[in-house]
Amino acid sequence: MQSSRFDSPLTPYFLLLPQMAIIAIFFLWPAAEAIWSSFFLEDPFFGTRTFVGLENYFEALTSADYRRAAWFTAIFTLIVALGSLALGMWLAVAADNVLRGRSAYKTVLMWVYAIAPPVAGLIGVMLFDQHIGPLVDFVGLFGHKMKVGVNWWDTAIAMMIVATWKQIPYNFIFVLSGLQSIPNSVREAAAIDCRSSVRRFWTVIFPLLAPTTFFLLVINITYALFETFGIIDLMVKGEPGNNPKTLVYKVFLDGFRGNDLGGSSAQSVILMILVLVLTIAQFRLLERRIHYK
Amino acid sequence: MYRDRLRDHLVLIVGVIIMMGPILVAITTSSYDRVYIHNHGMQIGWGGKFLETYSNVLFYKGGFSGEVTGALMAMNSAILGIGFAVGKIVVSMLAAYAIVYFRFPLGTFFFWVIFSTLLLPLEVRILPSYEVVQQMGLLNSYTGLILPLIASATGTFYFRQFFRSVPDELVEAARIDGAGPFRFFIDILVPLSKTMMAAIFIIMFVVGWNQYLWPILITTDEHYFTLVRGIKQVLQVYIGADIPEYNEALAMAILAMLPPGLVIVIFQRMFIKGLVETEK
Repeated sequence: MQSSRFDSPLTPYFLLLPQMAIIAIFFLWPAAEAIWSSFFLEDPFFGTRTFVGLENYFEALTSADYRRAAWFTAIFTLIVALGSLALGMWLAVAADNVLRGRSAYKTVLMWVYAIAPPVAGLIGVMLFDQHIGPLVDFVGLFGHKMKVGVNWWDTAIAMMIVATWKQIPYNFIFVLSGLQSIPNSVREAAAIDCRSSVRRFWTVIFPLLAPTTFFLLVINITYALFETFGIIDLMVKGEPGNNPKTLVYKVFLDGFRGNDLGGSSAQSVILMILVLVLTIAQFRLLERRIHYK
Repeated sequence: MYRDRLRDHLVLIVGVIIMMGPILVAITTSSYDRVYIHNHGMQIGWGGKFLETYSNVLFYKGGFSGEVTGALMAMNSAILGIGFAVGKIVVSMLAAYAIVYFRFPLGTFFFWVIFSTLLLPLEVRILPSYEVVQQMGLLNSYTGLILPLIASATGTFYFRQFFRSVPDELVEAARIDGAGPFRFFIDILVPLSKTMMAAIFIIMFVVGWNQYLWPILITTDEHYFTLVRGIKQVLQVYIGADIPEYNEALAMAILAMLPPGLVIVIFQRMFIKGLVETEK
């Protein structure tokens, strides 16, 4: 903390006013509203509310639809988080090794970071299109006719591929900058001790990258849970039907399409708890990171 | 020991193909007309209809959304991206300044309130947030589009961290010279934060430009559509048509990714610095 500070009684409140006003109106109030309405059953026709206690939670957690979404979300998150980390790291290690063309590779590999998830989703829709999609043709070579949007598994796999693709650059950037902060002396010492570059990576470099890796895992999980909304919304083509959906997408569907305010709110609160756990994990890691520096 | 190995280059080239391939195919395919695409699939050649498609999307009304042009959507995207980035920088710098440089009884309390916003991404409180904006009559307005997005605390944290790394001696010196909190902020802290502000601006511009969920809820009037919001409209037309306008849909996608892409490539160094240092 700064030890020398200003002592003017009112100034800090004026400085905080804009942020606090925005948070109170657009954040605290809606969040309280979500928690509050999760205990009520709303009747959209008569505009009445009945207090139902935890019933919305029980209903959400026991419904087959919710469980299916939860199951899909878990697999989706796991594959996207680990997949984008592994591929991003692989590319970063290679980019760190080469001298020629490094910055060109870096620029090109970063580009996808700038693409909005729904834009990635739209391109995904086309690449996996029944008529024109080259990836459908490619998979067809192996004797499987992909039907994205119709076949549950085909859709799920296509979503995972697009979501992973979109997140690779983020992982690439962080791992590469982590690698470049490893001192040359360490690398040279390792190179003398161990000729195999693969073994050198797993025994020396990878452990040094551990803090970055953990950090990226948490970020990737948050990404897969929340930011993939646009990808999923596009790839189910607005026809959720029997297509795979994540929990966040289900909150949106139940709230805006299904008009189930209480149920949607209860699901929101469950997700809030999940974010809470993730954020705590992230901050614990953050504290640990400092020791490495 | 510093000799490039073929294997690393191979990995990188495959990576480049995977990362950029879909985008290049999108660009080349958008240069063909829709019937050709429908019959022959996505293309990697050059169809010669490039300018026609893009000028259609950018300047002719009636393409996808009936009334607005791509150029208007691009302007809305720019307003959202820049408004979000500037708003966030201003609001969070002021708040961080108060928290770091002032002694006041509720300081810690406010810090935790700001912190709590990290716990609830917009995605988990969309319905009540929508209702608040609706009650305030802010649907279909730039204010309704931008303000609620600024609510999260990330910016405040970046600046808090940065301000704490500014040496104490500067404050001492400023006070000895008779500078009050306002002078110190404008004459010393803002100039010191320039790089930080630029880096955050780049990241936040990309984040703002790419917003999707909030715009699809808040804007139903096409005049407020952003390019990314327009993608949803594109899809709806796409599903309904016998032979969808593949070329124009892809052109929209390319237009939507071009500005944020160029920004991060041109300001690459600053972007990476901002991303890596602020996210820690």
